[in-house]
This record gives sequence, C-alpha cells and structure tokens, in this order.
Amino acid sequence: MRKRGNGLLIASTIPFFLLVFLFLIVPLVFMIFGSFQGNGGIGFTFDQYKEVFQNAYYHQAFKNSILISFFSSIIAIVLAVFATYSITQFSKKIQDRILVFANLTSNFAGIPLAFAFIVLLGNSGLFTLLFKHFGWETLSSFHLYSWSGLVLIYIYFQLPLAVMLLFPVYQGIQTQWKEAASLLGATTFQFWLRIGLPVIMPSIAGTFSILFANAMGAYASAYALTGSTYNLVTIRIGALTSGDIFAKPELGSAIACLLGLTLVVALLINEWLSRKIRRDLS
Amino acid sequence: MKKPFLHYLTIGIVLLYLLVPLLGSFLYSFATNWHKTILPEGLTIKWYMELFGDSRFLLSLGRSLIMSLSATLLSLVIMVPAIFSIVLYAPKWEKLIQSIIVMTYAMPGIILAVGLIRAYAGSGVSMILVTIGAYFVGILPYMYQGTRNSLRNIHADSLMEAAEILGASRFIAFLKVIVPSIMSGILVSALLSFSILFGEFVLVNLLVGGSFETVQVYLYQKLNQSGHIASAVVACYFVLVAILTAIMVKATRKKEGSV
Repeated sequence: MRKRGNGLLIASTIPFFLLVFLFLIVPLVFMIFGSFQGNGGIGFTFDQYKEVFQNAYYHQAFKNSILISFFSSIIAIVLAVFATYSITQFSKKIQDRILVFANLTSNFAGIPLAFAFIVLLGNSGLFTLLFKHFGWETLSSFHLYSWSGLVLIYIYFQLPLAVMLLFPVYQGIQTQWKEAASLLGATTFQFWLRIGLPVIMPSIAGTFSILFANAMGAYASAYALTGSTYNLVTIRIGALTSGDIFAKPELGSAIACLLGLTLVVALLINEWLSRKIRRDLS
Repeated sequence: MKKPFLHYLTIGIVLLYLLVPLLGSFLYSFATNWHKTILPEGLTIKWYMELFGDSRFLLSLGRSLIMSLSATLLSLVIMVPAIFSIVLYAPKWEKLIQSIIVMTYAMPGIILAVGLIRAYAGSGVSMILVTIGAYFVGILPYMYQGTRNSLRNIHADSLMEAAEILGASRFIAFLKVIVPSIMSGILVSALLSFSILFGEFVLVNLLVGGSFETVQVYLYQKLNQSGHIASAVVACYFVLVAILTAIMVKATRKKEGSV
C-alpha cells in the first residue's frame, strides 16, 4: 500500500495543470466562445457558422483542404506500406539507420521544406532548368505554385511520418505466422491476402487518419509558398485572425472550431481502429 | 532473384524523395550563380559569410534558442515531476493526461493561435510568454511519452519504495534516485522537443508577429529576397537538427547497451 500524504503529488501537479489550463483550456474556451459572437465580439449569435456554411468561398477552402489532405495521405501511405515492408526485410542495423533518417526528415517541414522545393521546382529551380534543357515540355511546365506542387510538399512531410507509424505494425507480424502458413501450403501472396493484410489493415487505416489530420492542420508550407493565395482552411483561419484589414477573428474562430472538430473525428477513428486491432490480436 | 531488387526499389524511391530536396538546398547554398545553367556556375562560401555576418540573423538565432530552450527547460522542471507523481501515485489521472494529449493533437498551431489571440492579445500579458506557454503544451506528448517510458524502464515504484525504507523523504528520493536514473531518457525527449520547437513558425508568427524574428521568421522574410541566403539558413537548420538527432540516437543506444 502507498503511504498517505500526497504532498509531492499536489506540489508537482498544481503548476503543471495550471499551465495546461492557461495555455490549452483557456484558449479553447475563448475560441469556442468567440465563434458564437458577432463581428467585433458582441452578443451571442450563430451568424459566423451560418456564414461558413453559406459562403461558397469557405466551402471551397474545406473542399481544397480535404482533397489535398486525402491525396497526400493516400500517396504517402501507399508508398510507405511497400517501403516499410521492404525496410523490415533488411538487417537491424540498416533498419535503424533508415528510421533515424525518417525521424530526421520528419523534422524538415514548414518554411524550410517549402523553400527546398522552390529551389528544386520553382520558376528557376534546379529541375525546372533541367527539364527545359532536355526539352521535356510537360515536365518543365509543371508549376510548383499549383495544387500539384503543394501535394508534392505535403507528401514530403507525410512520408517519414507514415514510415515511422507503420514500422512497428510490420514488426507485429510474426515470422512464425508466415512459417505456419507456408507449412500449410499457402503462397506468400495468399499469406498476405488472408492473414497479413487483414491483421495490418486497421493499423494502415489508423495511420491514414493520423496523416489526414496532420495534413488538415498544416499551415506553414502553403503559407511560405504563396502567402494567402491558396484557399485552404488553415490559410483562411490565419488570414482572418492575423491583424490585416480583412481580420474577422470571430469568423476565424468558427472555422477553427470546425477544423478542430474534423481533427477530433479523424483522431477518434484512429482510436477506434487501434482498439479493434488489440481485440483481434489478444 | 527478383525480390531483393523490389525492396531496394521501394526504399530507394522513398529515400530519394526525402533526400533530393535537401541536397538541392545544400548545393544552392554553395552556388555562386545558378539561374540558367543546369549545375551552378561556381561554388562559394560567401552566402554563409554574409549570413553569419548579418546581426539580424544572429539575433534571430538567439531568440529561437531562448524560446525553445526556455519552453524545454520549463517542461523539464514542471512536467517531469508532475508526470512522475501522477504515474506513481495517481495512475487514474493518466487518463486525464492522455485526454490532454489528444486535445493538443486536435489543436495544432493554427487553431491554438486563434484561441490564444482571443484570450490574451491586448490583455497586457506578453505574447512572447504566451508563446512559450503554448510551446510547453505543444511538447507535452513527447515529454509524457519519454518520461513514462523511462520511469517504467527503471521500475521507479520499487526504487522509490527502497529509498523511502532507507529513510529518504519522497522529495529527496525523487531528486537523488529517480532524476539521475531517468536523465538519459528524459534528455532524448527534451532534445526532440527542442528540435521541434526550433522549427516552429506558426505560433510565433501569428502570436508575436514579424517584429520578433526567430530563425523561421527570418527565413520567411529572406525567401523572396535572397534564395542563396535562405538556402544557407535551411542548410544550417538541417545540420543543427541532424546533430541533435545524432545525440539522441547515441543516448538511446547507450541506454539500450547498459541494460
């Protein structure tokens, strides 16, 4: 039994919960509260939400964010599903090195990442010049500042994350299962179709929802590329909130609340899926 | 055999995709002139000389260091003891911490910034302090994970029991027994948190604005002015993150080796 007298518990947790309260709960409450206020922070109204749901411009922003998050997550996860499996086929030492590299590049996001792509594919980028030199018209007309350019950048920060999240999943597939399956006469293809995939599928879907949430909340890369021109949810929130002439912080709060809700749903799906796996395996 | 080649191919695609943008920036930061030719016309270190001669850059570097360091130290001093006592003495509260972590995931920088501006802008509280507070919350998931795993690895509960039987007070036992044994594990989480914060742009840009230049804000300002200087900043930033990662890997390996 533990001794009574929780002095240490109280003394150590009070400052901790105070900071969490001040810098997580308070802003959350103020944001939710602000989203129900009229312009200028007056009264109680649903106008901001009405505006978001009626204005085609904000529909577009949500549509764009969802599309770019969906496509970048799909491409990243398909690449990662194969590459991560390949990684597990190498020695422990090489696996470690690749994971360290993934970890390292996962930190390479936001402004530096956007800039690295400008160097490669911007108007006088390295590859742009190369494609022009060889006269590859279709490639040299590729525009970094377009949606497909942004997808390339999003894939970059999704890919290492996907590899790191999927790696432990493959380690859960035990060689004994494979041996047992092959003893019973299953081919490798049959093993993956009947055993491997069903086991890892919930994890892949869970990883996908994390990637999706990650992309939905991304802001800096798109902002670095073209300022406020991309019509993404996060870019709209930033523009409505920061102090330029178009600032409408109450509307920004409403959009931020809706985005937060989207992320909560994505995270709940992941939570639900990961609980599903545990039940299956135990 | 066909199979190994496929494995090389899939890994190769991913590695190439992750490597090429990095190499491009490094090369560009050493290039004299690179507008019409495929390869740079010459190599130079003058962009780095210029960068490190720019007091604006050095100041921004200092600001980034101060911001990231103070948030990391704050979490070492406040978060680690809190997580320690919750894990050991109030395990029921771990659910609460996990809910807080889910909340931080559901409120990335851009959303948190909206709330923080509404709550604190114009209230007289320094927005720089607010940003550090937000950083504290932002690194909670990494610090929690690291601290909890370290505590589990050293069997903190039996250590505490032993120390208390030998007559140490709980506080002394924590300071003299627990802290030294979890130090290396905590250090890894702290370095990870530090490197994440060092690359943070959204909160500091929205909360404090352009008047308070950190490295990321400086980089953003330089993007449209000088590509070479900007890529020198990117290269330096990446080297710093690489060094921090190397230290983390070494610390983790040492820990694994000693067990």
